[in-house]
Amino acid sequence: MFTVTRRKKTLAVASVIAAASLALAGCSGGGGSADDGPVELTWLQGTGVQTNIDIAQALADAFTAENPDITIKVDPSGGSGPDLDNLVKTRLATGEMSDLLWYNSGSLFTALNPDQTLLNVADEAWVQDLDPTFVKVVSGADGGVYGAPLQGADIGGILYNKPLYAELGLEIPTTWDEFMSNNEAIKAAGKTAVEQTYGDVWTAQLLQLGDFYNIYSQDENWATEWTENKVKFADTPEGVRSFEKVQELAEGGFFNPDFASATLDDGLRAVALGDAGHYPMFAGLYTSLLTIAPDNVEDLGIFAVPGDDADQNGATVWLPPAVYAPANTKHPEAVKKFLAFVASTAGCDAIYSATTTGPPLVKGCSLPDDAPGVIKDTLPYFESGNTSPALEFLSPVKGQNLAPLMVEVGNGTRSGADAASLYDQDAEKAAQQLGLPGW
Amino acid sequence: MTTLGQVATGTPTPRRRRSRGPLANRSYPHWFLLPGAAVYAVLFIVPTFASFFFAFTRWNFFSIQFIGFDNFVTFFEDPQLTRGFTNTLIFGVITSVVKVALGLVLAVLLTSGIFARGYLRAVIFFPVLVSTIGVGITFRALLDPYDGLVNKSLAAIGIQGPGWLTDPNLAIFSVIGVDIWKGIGLATLIYMAGIVAIPRDYYEAASIDGASGWKNFWSITVPLVMPATTTVIILSLIGGLRSFDLIWATTRGGPGFASDVIASVIYKQYQAGYYGLSTAGNVILFLVVAAIVLPIFVWLNRKQTDL
Repeated sequence: MFTVTRRKKTLAVASVIAAASLALAGCSGGGGSADDGPVELTWLQGTGVQTNIDIAQALADAFTAENPDITIKVDPSGGSGPDLDNLVKTRLATGEMSDLLWYNSGSLFTALNPDQTLLNVADEAWVQDLDPTFVKVVSGADGGVYGAPLQGADIGGILYNKPLYAELGLEIPTTWDEFMSNNEAIKAAGKTAVEQTYGDVWTAQLLQLGDFYNIYSQDENWATEWTENKVKFADTPEGVRSFEKVQELAEGGFFNPDFASATLDDGLRAVALGDAGHYPMFAGLYTSLLTIAPDNVEDLGIFAVPGDDADQNGATVWLPPAVYAPANTKHPEAVKKFLAFVASTAGCDAIYSATTTGPPLVKGCSLPDDAPGVIKDTLPYFESGNTSPALEFLSPVKGQNLAPLMVEVGNGTRSGADAASLYDQDAEKAAQQLGLPGW
Repeated sequence: MTTLGQVATGTPTPRRRRSRGPLANRSYPHWFLLPGAAVYAVLFIVPTFASFFFAFTRWNFFSIQFIGFDNFVTFFEDPQLTRGFTNTLIFGVITSVVKVALGLVLAVLLTSGIFARGYLRAVIFFPVLVSTIGVGITFRALLDPYDGLVNKSLAAIGIQGPGWLTDPNLAIFSVIGVDIWKGIGLATLIYMAGIVAIPRDYYEAASIDGASGWKNFWSITVPLVMPATTTVIILSLIGGLRSFDLIWATTRGGPGFASDVIASVIYKQYQAGYYGLSTAGNVILFLVVAAIVLPIFVWLNRKQTDL
């Protein structure tokens, strides 16, 4: 029969106590007390865009140089696209967000429920120094302000290869027809006319989103009416056109052969080296080229997505992502200090050391003189005022399926008009989830 | 046999306990079942019924709003849903059929006397053990139309490989292929267990009667592994209809929506924050899988007892 000797009993009790204390040690309690002594802040951001990681690191290093007590650990493990949205929303909702967060402004920011999840910095002095357009897109419904800008304003348009244009004698198109004839010329020369990179699904929507200026120029109130469910893409001629433009390009055979699996970096490399003539993309993302093809950075230019009227040619502007903090951060003072730093000229300098994007949104900052050609190409649009914010900055309604729908238009599975009405239905779900009236 | 004993000795069998139903002959008290039942109730029963409730609401982590059947209506009106349903059925049925057929063939092969049998068994079973996400990511790289190993090898012998995961018409079938590669080991294992359980007498009797290998297979092996066949069909059908992680890791439901299944449609809705809608989707998926699998299960069991 099994007898338990006294020694075995002692051993058993001892191991139970050891196991229990090990388990309790695993339950880490709250961090140390507030901000006395050295503080380490963690900063979560998305994956896949090296430029953004570089900016974050430059800001973190410059801030720690001025404030040696506070170190910032950049954590670029957030995933990208819907994965990032998912991670951020879940962590904010369960109270497990890191001290700082890199995220878009505009409608994506609104979907985070900022009044309930983010730290309100409306009373900070530096908010007065921000461009009012930017403040609007990082504000909550109750007047709270939540973020500091991480870059200057950017344009979503069509990157083009300057040497190729010079070689073929092409001029920057101001109407869609001119753009199409440029495409024919490039295709005839044996190059890819328009680069597409559906390996990174989010890039598929750039042309449609960048075309928004051509909707705005016909009706400045379109975005407000869209938010109130009074207009739809499928009912607006320019709206349907923005979807059909991609269909026209696909039908013309202008895409690169590997369009279905190429990635953002592949696309940037192709247009910088002249293998492709055009690539719909943000100007500010040229920075990957500094590592991929540093000798060809100056071969890149950008122009706005052309509409049908040469006199109404303007660019769609993206307001930059911002750094936010969760409402329940354990180091609110340190975090507020960092946000103030980001919205200062020292912050601008740090950002410009990592990348040069468009005009800054903080008073007192200015664009460096050695900005590359592609950024300088954006300045005329800003200076003449021929710009409109992208739809996601004028309306909180954004459907989640725009990018896959554009992939379907691009690979010929779906017509542009169909995609437009499907996107309207998709946006309806988003509006209902936000609880907007009228949907 | 007890009856025989009684007749033989003539002494009545002492009564142990008054019969109290199926638990009467247990030798431990009822409350030993409580911990297991509690875990099962909390982790399975309660969430299932809670999700039935939440499917009728629009909820996020801060508020909840009862909206009746709206979520179900929105879910069924989703234009991608028809595609999702079709793809789910295609995925479930094809993977199940191939696993049954190929699994049985491989099991017969691996229970015969072929060379290096142990090694082959390990090789066939190995993919089952590997992480599904790891498999998905690996095959995504292998099946890349321009840089992937598969198409490069085909190009070396002069064949232009298709866009395995980028052609909208081919994507779901490529993922089906990967899923079969990954899951065939388990089906083979179950079949092998069924085959070695068949008494050798049948085969000896058949060889005396001069039956060929083919006849052996159809008349002895197939009917007598019916329990294993039932298991494989049910498991692979349930798994195939609910499959998500492999599809997500290889194509994310792409290109566009070409390889979307119900599970990935639900996941995308959850990602966008439409929690109520995605809960409704899960309820629908549960009902659909139950509606397909339960009748099959009942029919197969009935077939079994007839043998």
